[in-house]
Amino acid sequence: MEIDEITIASDVDVMKARQKGRELAVLIGISGSDLTLMATAISEISRNIVQYAGRGEMKFRQVTKGGRRGLMIIARDFGPGIADIAQAMQDGFSTSRGMGLGLPGARRLMDDFEIHSELGKGTTVSMVKWER
Amino acid sequence: MEVPILKQGDILIASIQGALTDTDLLRMQEKLVCRVRDYRSKGVVIDVTVLDVMDSFAARTLRSIAIMTRLLGAKVVIAGIQPDIALSMVQLGLALEGAMTSLDLEDGIAMLNSAARKQGLCQYGN
Repeated sequence: MEIDEITIASDVDVMKARQKGRELAVLIGISGSDLTLMATAISEISRNIVQYAGRGEMKFRQVTKGGRRGLMIIARDFGPGIADIAQAMQDGFSTSRGMGLGLPGARRLMDDFEIHSELGKGTTVSMVKWER
Repeated sequence: MEVPILKQGDILIASIQGALTDTDLLRMQEKLVCRVRDYRSKGVVIDVTVLDVMDSFAARTLRSIAIMTRLLGAKVVIAGIQPDIALSMVQLGLALEGAMTSLDLEDGIAMLNSAARKQGLCQYGN
């Protein structure tokens, strides 16, 4: 069930995205340090959108698996795409001046993480944090 | 949200009041480096107690501030990192090389004052 969607186009949106994610996660029943881990992952992924694609969108969905509820975050952009995903998922790899921790870091911070990218078409990241 | 910077003797205190955008962080960096020079400050405490997220950009900015102010002869203490933030920083692979850290603002100020005293004693000793 989709519960919210926001446009990501600036650093203010990056801040709004992580606040929105935290707000929605609390409603779903996610708590404690999981909220901080998830908000940090949202921050990294939405900043990637602003930095590499200029703009994109972030959708929030409530999902269920085996009686547990979770918050799924789908971040989508129509930017240049990632040439080598395996490389982009390695710690310390960056094509900009960043630290190269965004994608691999977000994967570690979330419970589920998937990334799809096509050169010249864009990138979609889906990630989930489950209630404990 | 603007970060107020207070002067207390030889020390500057940057007191973060709420959520910050990347632009806010860069503004704080610029302001702090200018103030350290203008006031000839010996130390800076950045109070991050209220931050509910420390992502790679925030950590990189804090690290840059620590390095820049050290080049100007001042020490930096990052005060008040919350346990959840510490956990997320470790998962993300972030460290704050170059900066000292303290549990809260009070400890941060004490840390800088005791560092200043030690330096004073060394000078007498020589």
